[in-house]
Amino acid sequence: MTERRIRIALSGNPNAGKTTAFNAITGARQHIANYPGVTVEKKVGHVRHRGREIEVVDLPGTYSLTAYSLEEIVARDYLVNEKPDVVVDIVDASNLDRNLYLALQFRELGVPLIIALNMVDVADTRGISIDVNALSDLFQAPVVPTVARSKKGIDALLDQVVELADKSPAWEPLLISYGNDIDRSLDELEEVIRRGGIHSDTYSPRWLALKCLEGDDQIIRIISKNQVLSSEVTSICNRVAKHTLDTLEEEPEGIIADHRYGYVTGITRKVVKRRIESRLNLSDRIDRVLTNRFIGPIAMIGILYAIYEFTFWGSEAPVGWLEAFFDWLKTGVSAALTEGPLHSLIVSGIIDGVGGVLGFVPLILFLFFAISIMEDSGYLARVAYMLDRVLRWFGLHGNSVIALLVSGGISGGCAVPGVLSTRTLKDPKERIATLLVLPFMNCGAKLPLFGLLIAAFFEQGQARMLFLFTLISWFFALFAAKLLRATVLRGPKTPFVMELPPYRAPTLKGLLIHTWERTWEYVKKAGTVILGISIILWAMMTYPGLPDERLKHFETQEDRIKTTFLSHSEVGRLVPDLERLEEIDRLAAHLRGSEAAEKERVLSEIEDRDLAEAARRIFLSPSPQGEAGRDSIRNAYALYLYKMHDLERTRNREKFLSTVAGSIGHAIEPVTAPLGFDYKVNIALVGGFAAKEVIVSTLGTAYSLGDVQASEQGSLSGRLRNDPDWNPLRAFALVLFTMLYVPCFVTLICIRRESSWKWAGFSLGFNLVIAYLVTLIVYQTGLALGIGV
Amino acid sequence: MKKTIKMREMADDQAGVIRKVGASGEMGRRIRDMGLVPGIPIRIQGRAPLRDPVAVKLMDSILTLRNNEADHVLVEVDVPES
Repeated sequence: MTERRIRIALSGNPNAGKTTAFNAITGARQHIANYPGVTVEKKVGHVRHRGREIEVVDLPGTYSLTAYSLEEIVARDYLVNEKPDVVVDIVDASNLDRNLYLALQFRELGVPLIIALNMVDVADTRGISIDVNALSDLFQAPVVPTVARSKKGIDALLDQVVELADKSPAWEPLLISYGNDIDRSLDELEEVIRRGGIHSDTYSPRWLALKCLEGDDQIIRIISKNQVLSSEVTSICNRVAKHTLDTLEEEPEGIIADHRYGYVTGITRKVVKRRIESRLNLSDRIDRVLTNRFIGPIAMIGILYAIYEFTFWGSEAPVGWLEAFFDWLKTGVSAALTEGPLHSLIVSGIIDGVGGVLGFVPLILFLFFAISIMEDSGYLARVAYMLDRVLRWFGLHGNSVIALLVSGGISGGCAVPGVLSTRTLKDPKERIATLLVLPFMNCGAKLPLFGLLIAAFFEQGQARMLFLFTLISWFFALFAAKLLRATVLRGPKTPFVMELPPYRAPTLKGLLIHTWERTWEYVKKAGTVILGISIILWAMMTYPGLPDERLKHFETQEDRIKTTFLSHSEVGRLVPDLERLEEIDRLAAHLRGSEAAEKERVLSEIEDRDLAEAARRIFLSPSPQGEAGRDSIRNAYALYLYKMHDLERTRNREKFLSTVAGSIGHAIEPVTAPLGFDYKVNIALVGGFAAKEVIVSTLGTAYSLGDVQASEQGSLSGRLRNDPDWNPLRAFALVLFTMLYVPCFVTLICIRRESSWKWAGFSLGFNLVIAYLVTLIVYQTGLALGIGV
Repeated sequence: MKKTIKMREMADDQAGVIRKVGASGEMGRRIRDMGLVPGIPIRIQGRAPLRDPVAVKLMDSILTLRNNEADHVLVEVDVPES
């Protein structure tokens, strides 16, 4: 017999330890994909056991096999269409009733089933013991006790898998009784469907009949393709429903569920022994504190604050290393290549663009690690529970809060991982509403601009201003959500019936896998999308550039300034030629910001006597009894530097305006003028679409300061403060607009991935409109009332 | 004396036995899927800071329901004779 590959599907209730079991079985040999056409993650792993290759597919965690949630449909479709050799149902031993409810539905469907009785250790400490053999006999399926966290029982489980798979059992639906009324109509329906001959190889007729009685949309759609059959089936279903409603005041669906539970509790009563009736276990006692009416919210704020502290504390050093690495890379490239378009493309386009995004990786890594701890420990479910009432009013869900916090709810997150964490939301409309308002949060990339404007215009109470901006962003995010949910995303609130899993200490392996999965998504994006967009933006901000005669004009100007300096009477002897002047310029760059003692040291090492003297005169403070002429060469050099800078500024501004980005900035000026923005701000905002960090650096360039280094931001803020065009109102308008206007490009790509192009496009337009209207109203009101002008 | 009331009306820490789940469709199924079915003993574990949702203990797990969902679950509780 050929050793064929065994395919197993891993299923189970959420919180039954399915993910831990998957990791325990497959180790690192796994990869993530999506189920076709949906955003539900599909994890596939491989393991060799007793010389056999086993492929493990991790089905979405579900409580049931109905067609209500996407996860349930995905799980069911996979089982029916792919027909795995074995289904391993991970069952939480301390919650046998609810977990066997799902297992029973697998038996009803007929799949070859193995029950992994997981977390038997937890059950044991709670005084629950389970007779494994009796359970196996009564349930007619192999049962293997496991503790996935410590890999206990995994080998035995795989032994069973191989054994069962080699028998290649046929699907054998388990028939149970759902009460007289239902049973009789089931027989009748089964007969009707069998005659209709629908999907006889995919679904068993009896199972189809059962699903029809349960009112299962997906199956009813299949049936309704055959019109004769459909009308017959519908009439039987309606008759039964009317009958049960009349006699039992219950729909067939409810009766079927009750009988399933009856079947399950009949078994558990025989196999489960409770030694002690524990009323309040440790988890409950923790909850008494952490979800307490008064302590709960305070503890929550404390924990969230701790996460941000942890994230910034942990990532500070690695972010610095990455910055240093990219600087080193730039220096290396600059040394290897001559100035020119290629050099500019690699340094300004690729390294700056991709580096800017990759620089965030450590931050995201730590944030995700902290969030994984919250998630795996069970606390995140409590946060959703406590905040559900508030968020529901805005049409969101308790779980939305996680995405909002990650995106910058306390200032300094990132919307990219925020978008990814909306996956915990089940309802598509709630999910999209959450996705669409995430970009309003104050992510880390917006903070440099806020800092700059606060420093320039709101000097008193800086922390208060930042706090105010945070409140404003929450305000707009929540009300935008309410607006969306009342219009384009109108729909019923989804049920919140949710499990609060018991608190558990997370395993390091689980945390690392969770953290890595999410971080990798981000890194992948930087490597592909960002690379492309960086190049495009670089090109937009570089080309077409100044015409040759203009460049020549600037060169002539530069030469003239240099010649003027060299021809200065005091300079002539010490700085005889251009070569010497360049040496002085290099020294000037090297010495900028150095202490006097350091300057002395550097200058004393100069060998050439003339150069040393020139440098001494120019760079060291004149002594009171200084020889005549010392001041004049110093002054001449200062004047020369000033002229050169001035020329550089003019050239940069002209260069900037001659580019595509510059033309766009000019072209949209009529539209943005009512908001108080001129072409310089426009260019910065256009650049900000790539990444919000770009706004400050572009503003710097546009305000003809050349390359604005971080240390020189003060001078940009000073320049804005002294600029007659600027005032606190205009600054506030820019803050508002930046906060709201567009998701950055990476976020947009993520939104598309999590929804569709349609919603990504909508997000762009919706945010722009909101930002425009809000800023327009605020700026014009401010002007009319004369506030902040 | 026994009395059947809505789950929303139960006090914190009060225990009872579910008698009926009066919801159909998705909500009914969600409630049942989580194990809230007739005959199951429950206890109110607590409520969120804004008194909604409510946390319910059944067997060894805790479920949360919004108040408007808890309205559909009828629970038989002991009431002291007055």
